[in-house]
Amino acid sequence: MKTFDLTQNTVRELNQALHDQSGECMEREFDVFSPHGQHNIACGLDQNLSVNIMGHAGYFCAGMNKKATVTVHGNAGQGVAENMMSGMVRIKGDASQAAGATAHGGLLVIEGNAGARCGISMKGVDIVVKGNVGHMSCFMGQAGNLVVCGDAGEALGDSLYEVHIYVKGHVKSLGADCVEKEMRPEHIKELGNLLSRAGIDEDPARFKRYGSARQLYNFKVDNASAY
Amino acid sequence: MCGIVGLYLKNPSLESRLGELFEPMLIAMTDRGPDSAGFAIYGDEVPEGETKVTLRHPEDDYDWESLAGAMAEGLVTEISWFRNANAAVFKIRAGEEQVRAWLQESAPDALVLSIGRSIEILKEVGWPEKIAGKFKLSAMKGSHIIGHTRMATESAVTMEGSHPFTTGMDLCLVHNGSLSNHNRLREVLRREGIRFETENDSEVAAGYLAWRLEQGDSLKQALEHALEDLDGFFTFTIGTRNGFAVMRDPIACKPAVLAETDDYVAMASEYQALAGLPGIEHATVWEPEPATFYIWERDA
Repeated sequence: MKTFDLTQNTVRELNQALHDQSGECMEREFDVFSPHGQHNIACGLDQNLSVNIMGHAGYFCAGMNKKATVTVHGNAGQGVAENMMSGMVRIKGDASQAAGATAHGGLLVIEGNAGARCGISMKGVDIVVKGNVGHMSCFMGQAGNLVVCGDAGEALGDSLYEVHIYVKGHVKSLGADCVEKEMRPEHIKELGNLLSRAGIDEDPARFKRYGSARQLYNFKVDNASAY
Repeated sequence: MCGIVGLYLKNPSLESRLGELFEPMLIAMTDRGPDSAGFAIYGDEVPEGETKVTLRHPEDDYDWESLAGAMAEGLVTEISWFRNANAAVFKIRAGEEQVRAWLQESAPDALVLSIGRSIEILKEVGWPEKIAGKFKLSAMKGSHIIGHTRMATESAVTMEGSHPFTTGMDLCLVHNGSLSNHNRLREVLRREGIRFETENDSEVAAGYLAWRLEQGDSLKQALEHALEDLDGFFTFTIGTRNGFAVMRDPIACKPAVLAETDDYVAMASEYQALAGLPGIEHATVWEPEPATFYIWERDA
């Protein structure tokens, strides 16, 4: 295992050491101490690494992650795991706004609450939030799953495409074209798998499912003639 | 962009270290605002019926002693004062209106940075670290302090356009964001008798709160009204003689982090400004909710 103390090393040095593993992997485990809310920690990883960040991280932590498992033992600032491709990012505390924004794949687990715009424009990632999510979560979400074990803020799933949204608690309001949908056996199974992968003990039967009503412009075949 | 920071002490034994704890917070926000910086510190309060005023003069070697003498003579009262770089703080046995009237008449080139019983505002164009050093921030004592590092958008990079803004006794505000209805609101407030020194949007927010408090609102009521009447993006940190508040607009696109321990409440645009505070590893750290305000007040 290799350790980095960010009062002794720069974030750039840490990220370079992590990127150096992408060809031939010489070291799989990294512990990062004293992150002190610095931005861009453990970004752009492309190897099966295990990175533990021991404290609060700033903006865009674990952005563009591929294959690696990154755990933040604290809170994360905005844009955590933005544009993640694969792997797993786990936040032990809260995450600020735009967690998992535009992410294509992998699993993002937030054990506390997530702020506004969680999963904005998500493109295939699975996001599981143990607490609440803020307003405009999953705005323009295209693919993947968003699971919220607590409550959701205003305008959940506005202008949604194909994301499956599961919420156990109260939804303050649904965004344009987002509707509650029937929870069929395949959804109970899908949600059960997501909770199990996230290591969160919840009963899938207590969740409601939300998705796109497919009534907005892009879903109307009559508009195809515009192209 | 801009960075805002605030520190409100719950434990009075830390008051002698307020400046020392706060200086790294301000400097940590240099990336968010390298154009100008300033802070408002509350402490060293004068008794009721007296006024404390912070003045600034463009000349570094301005003769404050003569001004103090003339003021004591003009107002027929006792004055104590001290210089801090190109600013000076005067404690005067006279009311606010009397002091303002004398300054306007007899020292029109001295700019009033703050007026109240407790507040001192110091601000300048340039790097936060340089400004903190110039005013010897780290040696300052007090109960609470709020600060700002500015990346200018809505008005010029000048000392006048720097934060914090004050428009009422001991009230001050720092702002990250931009208001969209400030021009009309300024006109409304001017008709209500609120004074404005600049065309800056944040000064309008400070003026609005000063006006609501003059109307008899509590700080809580004033902030409830502000959420209805201010349009735009904002994270505010607000200081009053005995209080400290943080408020975010409903869209909440301007960042904010709060941290609380038994000893203090601290606010910053980004967590990295809080990372050096004592006991921060055990603090409750959270992101303030949209369209919500948080107030801490001590007995007046």
